Amino acid sequence: MTYQPQKDFGTPASGSNDLVTCTIDGRHVTVPAGTSVMRAAAEQGTSIPKLCATDNMKSFGSCRLCLVEIDGRRGTPASCTTPVEPGMVVHTQTPHLQKLRKGVMELYISDHPLDCLTCAANGDCELQDQAGAVGLRDVRYEVQSTHLGQEKDHSNPYFDFDPSKCIACSRCIRACDEVQGTLALTMEGRGWDSKISAGLASDNFLGSECVSCGACVQACPTATLVEKKVVEIGTPERSVVTTCAYCGVGCTFRAEMRGEQLVRMVPYKDGKANRGHSCVKGRFAWGYAQHKERILKPMIRKSINDPWREVEWDEAFAYTASELKRISDSYGRHALGGITSSRCTNEETFLVQKLVRAGFGNNNVDTCARVCHSPTGYGLKTTFGTSAGTQDFDSVEECDVILIIGANPTDGHPVFASRMKRRLRGQDGRPPAKLIVIDPRRTDIVRSPHIEAEHHLPLRPGTNVAVLTAMAHVIVSEGLANEAFIKERCDWDEYRHWAEFVTQPRNSPESLQPVTLVDAEELRAAARLYATGGNGAIYYGLGVTEHSQGSSTVMAIANLAMATGNIGKRGVGVNPLRGQNNVQGACDMGSFPHELSGYRHISDGDARKLFESDWGVALDPEPGLRIPNMLDAAVDGVFKGLYVQGEDILHSDPNTKHVSAGLAAMECVIVHDLFLNETANYAHIFLPGSTFLEKNGTFTNAERRIQPVRKVMTPLNGLEDWEVTQRLAQAMGLDWNYTHPSEIMDEIARLTPTFAGVSFSRLDEEGSLQWPVNDAAPDGSPIMHVDGFVRGRGKFVVTDYVPTDEKTGPRFPLLLTTGRILSHYNVGAQTRRTENVAWHPEDLLEIHPVDAEDRGIKSGDWVKLASRAGETTLRATVTDRVAPGVVYTTFHHAVTQANVVTTDYSDWATNCPEYKVTAVQISPSNGPTDWQEEYEALSERARRIATEVPAE
Amino acid sequence: MKIRISDDALAIACGADTVARAFIQAGAEVERVSSWGMHWLEPLVDVDGTGYANVTADQVRAIMAGTTESIGSIAEHPFITRQSRLTFARAGKTRPTSLDDYYASEGWLGLAKAQAIGAEATIETVLASGLRGRGGAGFPAGIKWKTVASAQAATKYIVCNADEGDSATFADRMVMEGDPFMLIEGMAIAGFAVGAQKGYVYIRSEYPHAIAKMETAIAACAHLIAPFIVEVRVGAGAYVCGEETSLLNSLEGKRGEVRAKPPLPALEGLFGKPTVVNNVLTLAAIPWILTHGGEAYASYGMGRSKGTMPVQLAGNVKHGGLFEIGFGITLGELVNDIGGGTDSGRPVRCVQVGGPLGAYIPPSRFDLPFDYEAFAAADALIGHAGITVFDDTVDMAQMARFAMEFCAVESCGKCTPCRLGSTRGVETLDQIIAGKNVEANLALLADLSETMKFGSLCALGGFTPYPVMSAITHFPEDFR
Ligand SMILES: Cc1cc2nc3c(=O)[nH]c(=O)nc-3n(C[C@H](O)[C@H](O)[C@H](O)COP(=O)(O)O)c2cc1C
Ligand code: SF4
Ligand code: SF4
Ligand code: SF4
Ligand code: SF4
Ligand code: FES
Repeated sequence: MTYQPQKDFGTPASGSNDLVTCTIDGRHVTVPAGTSVMRAAAEQGTSIPKLCATDNMKSFGSCRLCLVEIDGRRGTPASCTTPVEPGMVVHTQTPHLQKLRKGVMELYISDHPLDCLTCAANGDCELQDQAGAVGLRDVRYEVQSTHLGQEKDHSNPYFDFDPSKCIACSRCIRACDEVQGTLALTMEGRGWDSKISAGLASDNFLGSECVSCGACVQACPTATLVEKKVVEIGTPERSVVTTCAYCGVGCTFRAEMRGEQLVRMVPYKDGKANRGHSCVKGRFAWGYAQHKERILKPMIRKSINDPWREVEWDEAFAYTASELKRISDSYGRHALGGITSSRCTNEETFLVQKLVRAGFGNNNVDTCARVCHSPTGYGLKTTFGTSAGTQDFDSVEECDVILIIGANPTDGHPVFASRMKRRLRGQDGRPPAKLIVIDPRRTDIVRSPHIEAEHHLPLRPGTNVAVLTAMAHVIVSEGLANEAFIKERCDWDEYRHWAEFVTQPRNSPESLQPVTLVDAEELRAAARLYATGGNGAIYYGLGVTEHSQGSSTVMAIANLAMATGNIGKRGVGVNPLRGQNNVQGACDMGSFPHELSGYRHISDGDARKLFESDWGVALDPEPGLRIPNMLDAAVDGVFKGLYVQGEDILHSDPNTKHVSAGLAAMECVIVHDLFLNETANYAHIFLPGSTFLEKNGTFTNAERRIQPVRKVMTPLNGLEDWEVTQRLAQAMGLDWNYTHPSEIMDEIARLTPTFAGVSFSRLDEEGSLQWPVNDAAPDGSPIMHVDGFVRGRGKFVVTDYVPTDEKTGPRFPLLLTTGRILSHYNVGAQTRRTENVAWHPEDLLEIHPVDAEDRGIKSGDWVKLASRAGETTLRATVTDRVAPGVVYTTFHHAVTQANVVTTDYSDWATNCPEYKVTAVQISPSNGPTDWQEEYEALSERARRIATEVPAE
Repeated sequence: MKIRISDDALAIACGADTVARAFIQAGAEVERVSSWGMHWLEPLVDVDGTGYANVTADQVRAIMAGTTESIGSIAEHPFITRQSRLTFARAGKTRPTSLDDYYASEGWLGLAKAQAIGAEATIETVLASGLRGRGGAGFPAGIKWKTVASAQAATKYIVCNADEGDSATFADRMVMEGDPFMLIEGMAIAGFAVGAQKGYVYIRSEYPHAIAKMETAIAACAHLIAPFIVEVRVGAGAYVCGEETSLLNSLEGKRGEVRAKPPLPALEGLFGKPTVVNNVLTLAAIPWILTHGGEAYASYGMGRSKGTMPVQLAGNVKHGGLFEIGFGITLGELVNDIGGGTDSGRPVRCVQVGGPLGAYIPPSRFDLPFDYEAFAAADALIGHAGITVFDDTVDMAQMARFAMEFCAVESCGKCTPCRLGSTRGVETLDQIIAGKNVEANLALLADLSETMKFGSLCALGGFTPYPVMSAITHFPEDFR
């Protein structure tokens, strides 16, 4: 298959249901009303020359190449800005039009460097294509002035800007405005002097507001904005559609390749999660796949004090199997466990849990979703009956009120944030949706270009439940509850019970104000808006789940949605913004110690029997250990061996010291990863992993959308990750013979009712499927609970506010909350190994000016961040984004190790750690803490790889 | 003795303030009124109806003593008697910001009439008048209003285009300085008719007097037009900001870049709301039309060009000024009979009608009647009805070059034919003027003109070929 860009229809599709028939070049074409003549022509296969139009932004009408003649109309209207009308007769090619187009092209080329042969866009340039299409043969002007020879801007690590090649079509500006919503670009000057500029004339791209999403680069029809990789490698020659491996948005991309070299990732227009958009990570930050620190050979060692020894795969598997057997024989089968990864595919995750249950013979399997969204699973299963969000992303287009709580979508879920911001700007002519933000910090979405939250409730960290209960108080006591909905769909008695609870005077916004620090009037107004503003949708993130009351908060959210009837249609719902690319999938695949795939309890005999007969083994009916329990057991000396796939628990799990103590107490820690991550410092066996570019499988995003991941290059380490797990299983004597991940999916479908209709061939045909996919929902389920709740009747659960045990006091007077930023991904194992470091070279501590002044701290100072659990140092930035009394930092960099200070407190129901609230003290400091220094030394020691095979 | 002296900016530039002060010092009572629009006579002093032309301060005593020569009754001056002053009925007679004077001269009758007959009948009246937009395009005002009136929207706007950028035009300025209530009344009627709550007057920054007068007048009559509100906005200083969509962007605080149509401003105009954009003269004609009826207005004019047009005579012309007359008068009558030929006394070589984008017309075509259709058929433009007269010393190749250069300087830069074409046009004309490859370059220029004319997004790039090609067609000898 040779390289072909995706077809560009020139202008966006019209949403109209009315159809219009017109005649274009003698052929009838029927399209929705409001379709442009250009798009109608494209749909019937006629391509009208164009340069300023592209189908992911509104038409602009500036290049004037797309002129057409229309019977009965004067002049030559532009086809991109002219909507079709019934009976219209259009001619797209006449001698007059041909002459005009040549005339326009002659002007363009008179101002363009004629270096096509050495231009990065050669062969992938619309100007070049259109010059050919209009038949330009000659430039007759005796040219005096041009825009050539201007200085290039190389500042962005991923793309270049060469203004000499710019045709001033404004596609980049419009992409930044309409697609991304950052509004970083402007056209400076007028007429001949028009020039694209990133912010002020003095700004370059890196120094500007630009978030490097690349939408402008993709939109640019010339080589003016071009990927550095294209400059370096050349244009691609084939493409494969695959799914981003970073966050839970699950953007799909065309991986555009030259041989086995990846040239660029271009968001796929038909991707239903991203609709042709991406963020800096997915589009650009894949350089880690080839990073020099990537480990490509298996390694083993007796002790973590030894250097690593590289071995062949056969030896690695044999050795690993023998170690596991030794531990099982000497300590019992319960001494082993495994951790699946939300970064890996469904198929890989399924195999790891199968290995634990069927191979290790226990249920000691857990996943990193434990540390982020386990309360979502618990809370939504309890109230609605399904451990997942209720909507697809498209649903946001129908929202009237958007309530964001504990999520920072512009940083954490950037592409979805762009779609949400589109709705909040009301770009489609409808009045914009209104926004309520509940967050201790003034996140970017609270106030951004053309967007201003109606209400921002800056609550005290840890008081989510109190705020939501107070909102419920307002809704019920002011008679705003949708009782008809509740009577029809929910358990009325439970509702009465709950309503009685929330209306108690102690739950009023006024009574709770001293606890939450949220202005009662503002809270009342927000509650009224959510209840009465039309379609109300709640979007939430880790700021909800990572609390000691995470599950309660999820249920409080579900209660609000049910009480207002905001469930079961488009534009409403409860939408967890999942952190990692496959958190949803990892949970679905049976990664929790108590659950088989599809959320069936391990004690459920029927479910177990299904697996037992398929796998030919007996399963332990008792739930296994969760991650924190495994670590406890290790410290107690009864848990000895752990297989960790694609996760860095030492870095990402709370209370780093406890994790390291647990790991240090084990005899066999197997890390299966791309890099020697922090956990690997305590590992005895290292199995190199493959990147998402090197394997086949599926990821399931936050919308329950199962999407294919396709192998675009051969794994550098030689094996896809599922093959590694399979070879290990085989070495342990299990009879596994998968030849392709599709066979694993077939097994998942066979054993999991909600996946019954899923197969690779269907995914290939349809692009993606949203589970449940089964006889009841053969085409999948974009919106859940449409005709009633999955569990039968919606369940209202009383969520009493219980303050966390983590309290501020004289020694630790400030509350620390944590989060992440756009350019880095979680522990940063990948993004820190890409050019993204240009934006966020270190973690910073945000502190309010008042708190900073009290402590004599200025922006840029080193400060010590101390809690009851530990301390670390980092640099401060003084900002009023955080309220007084609250400090904030990210946890992307290993040197900072913010989790040294987070505590063991966790969600009461699911043990999800309380990352979001830690009592801390900040003081000036002049360097790293002892812990940081010790750890640095240990890392250095633990990462040594023997250059020669030691003579033993 | 009642002395009236205009406080119009042009009169002031000619010394009217000094003259007025001199009269006051001499003990006379002076009323500052609007201008009659006979520019070659300013400062024109009106003493109980008798006019004294080009007055200087040292003539004051003689005038008061009745010892200097007058021009006789101003109202009976042939320049005035030949006109049909409907829009400029008050010119020279009333104090611009005096509500009393305005009331006393049919003021507010139009608005009262509109309110009495209702919105629909108001629009019918405007339709019946045949009034076409005076800003350039000549689009029927009634149809535009009807479109806005039938658009479903809670918020609608009236925008008065007072960016008056054409060379040799001043009628908009004279309305705003001389009769601001009339314009405000016109806007209020428009607002009433289409259901708009708010009006903006977008005035070019070079018109400080007009801005001040409009602001004073708006404050004085706010209670009379309530709940309708009018607000003045000062222009961004670019010619292209007079183009209606560019003007809307500028009003919204954005870059003055032209928008593609559709969507029409009537449906998606200011802040995306249905908006009437009309020229000052269009809106200023409305009170008369309502007061006297659509048919009365339509009885002036010819063919599809109904009513009167305030023609502005300027350039090298003997009798420059404002001449309001029904459509149909010939160009020759305007230039020679009324304008009196060139000021230099040399033969007229050509005139440019319709501002910098208008065609150059030689005397051989002076039989052209002032009529939108007749002008269009002659590849010419009425525009805002400014006529600039040139004598036989003019170099038409330089004029053609100037047209391209004007376009290059004023281009908003959105569309390619104008953004790049205007500069290439200047360069190509430079080649021609330098005598290089003249025939080939003339052919190239003709092709470029066609590309600009049919390819440009708005009339700036689209009409620049008119002056260029008319110069080449009518005066080929200047190019070879
Ligand atoms: C480059 C350009 C400049 C213009 N300048 C003016 C102007 O100064 N005043 C004006 O009324 N119309 C101007 N127009 C015309 C307006 O676009 C528009 O047609 C007019 O305001 C509509 O009002 P009308 O229908 O009452 O004439 C200009 C048009 C172009 C293309
Ligand atoms: S990369 Fe994205 S944010 Fe940056 S200028 Fe381009 S579109 Fe805007
Ligand atoms: S940089 Fe590219 S997209 Fe932007 S105006 Fe120039 S050519 Fe168009
Ligand atoms: S939003 Fe998430 S899924 Fe999409 S490109 Fe960015 S990191 Fe990847
Ligand atoms: S013709 Fe000139 S002024 Fe008009 S839109 Fe095009 S570039 Fe702008
Ligand atoms: S594609 Fe229509 S004007 Fe550029």
